Amino acid sequence: MSRLFALLAVLFCLSASAGATESLLAPKLDIGKGGQCVEDPQWMRKNHMHVLIRQRDETVRKGMRDGKYSLKNCIECHASLRDNSVIGRDDSFCRGCHRYEAVKIDCFECHSGKRKSAWVQSK
Amino acid sequence: MSDINAQRRQFLKTSAGLAAVAIAPGMLLFEAAHGKSDAVSSKVRWGMLIDTANCTDGCSDCVAACNRENGLSGGTSPTDSQWMRKVELKDMRGGRTLSLPMMCQHCEHPPCVDVCPTGASFKRADGIVLVDRHRCIGCRYCMMACPYKARSFVHEPLHDQNPDVPRGKGTVESCTMCAQRIDRGQQPACAEACPNKAILFGNLNDPDSEIARRIRTVASVQVRADLGLNTAIRYQGL
Repeated sequence: MSRLFALLAVLFCLSASAGATESLLAPKLDIGKGGQCVEDPQWMRKNHMHVLIRQRDETVRKGMRDGKYSLKNCIECHASLRDNSVIGRDDSFCRGCHRYEAVKIDCFECHSGKRKSAWVQSK
Repeated sequence: MSDINAQRRQFLKTSAGLAAVAIAPGMLLFEAAHGKSDAVSSKVRWGMLIDTANCTDGCSDCVAACNRENGLSGGTSPTDSQWMRKVELKDMRGGRTLSLPMMCQHCEHPPCVDVCPTGASFKRADGIVLVDRHRCIGCRYCMMACPYKARSFVHEPLHDQNPDVPRGKGTVESCTMCAQRIDRGQQPACAEACPNKAILFGNLNDPDSEIARRIRTVASVQVRADLGLNTAIRYQGL
């Protein structure tokens, strides 16, 4: 019985330290306003590209601009409060995570990474 | 007992009515804030009627408004994007001069869509001809095919685009009839900016719309009507 307890204790320590390492290595992101996302954050980490592509085709081809999964909506909440951008710095919301994951994003070669209100003001 | 029932019914009717009044403005606000969720419909065909008599020689307010709305530089070199141009015409015999804006004519049978190898060039259900830049490979066949020279290729990297109008290097673009504004229920920027109201924007399919009424009553032409493309842009007094 005591052996079992010891094993459990070791396992617990290991999992705890694994969690700690993950949070140490994970990128520290400037998530902007943040708040309640349109879906669960973990689900969004895994699936945001799929919903974005679906919304993209519906917007461009069918003119459906209901914003729930729109890129503009993401930027509205997640652009940094300092520079109003999701790609402005290494810890910006989109750029920070994509740098960490080494996945190139080409959205922002055409799309603005800035909040619309900030863009209007800068004009 | 029946009296109570009648009162109860009356109460329910009134409260249901009140609830409907309370919800309706809220729903309208929601729609205005979030844009529309319905797909565009082929019951609508957006078009413009340009009255050349009201288009002033030397005025280019429509072009300036187009450039501002869509984030174009306003340059006119061969490598600059031009979605809209002012064209001056002169009858060499009679000497009559004319000034008019030229842009994508939003054909019903667009040659640019026919030639596109990737399906990037397409016509939306409401008649607006667009480039899906996600699919465009920059081959520029559509620019060759267009009889109106309406399309431009983006040669240089761009920065600081309008969040509503994404544009980028390596793709072809042209007048979108300000689809982003139309989807919000506004007019295209050029029609709104014209000081003489020479550009009339509206739904060609609605017989009661002002544009349909004007097209029924005044003489208007399509540019290169001989090609049979049935353009959505018509010119009066050409």
